Amino acid sequence: MSMLQMAKSIYERIIGRAREGFPFEVCGILGGKGNIVSAIYPMTNTDASRDHFMMDPREQFSVVKALRSQELEMLAVYHSHPETPARLSDEDIRLALTPDISYVIVSLAEPSAPEVRSFRIADKKVGSEELRIIYD
Amino acid sequence: MNLTVNGKKAVIADKESLSISGLLDELNVEDPLYVTVELNGDILERSDFDRVVVRDGDEIEFLYFMGGGRGSC
Repeated sequence: MSMLQMAKSIYERIIGRAREGFPFEVCGILGGKGNIVSAIYPMTNTDASRDHFMMDPREQFSVVKALRSQELEMLAVYHSHPETPARLSDEDIRLALTPDISYVIVSLAEPSAPEVRSFRIADKKVGSEELRIIYD
Repeated sequence: MNLTVNGKKAVIADKESLSISGLLDELNVEDPLYVTVELNGDILERSDFDRVVVRDGDEIEFLYFMGGGRGSC
């Protein structure tokens, strides 16, 4: 099983953003090197929806260039499921077009116990991956 | 033709110009219908992909739409 690692501070920011954006879905990009996330870029959900998200391509280009200038790679895309479990939906899978990255979902279905999970998708097949939190 | 594609040098042999659609095909980009393209800093309309051409020295960025939804989850 593959693994994605991230600092606790980034993990908490993902959850915090999901709570701030509730009841809408929030989204963002995670960057780093290898399988270690070191940067988080919250993005605008242009759908401003409870059950959909779409990133703004202008913001995407900006983040891609920022990552490149820091010699970082895009490691994952994250989004929230405000009211449903931390599982990829059929639409999430259909629109998971960027290859070789992880897809992270934070679920607020249990508001007091948010769940964050990471997945890899290859040939439209989903595999769960370990999400390891690095404590500072 | 020498281009910069997603920050990396790319050589398109035996061509002095190429449409955006042709370039995506040349680069073996999968699912080009879901791609956004920036040419020398300007985001292109999809309807222009067949009309706009790239030439030697151009800088091209492309990326996939990023979206999703609850769907049947």
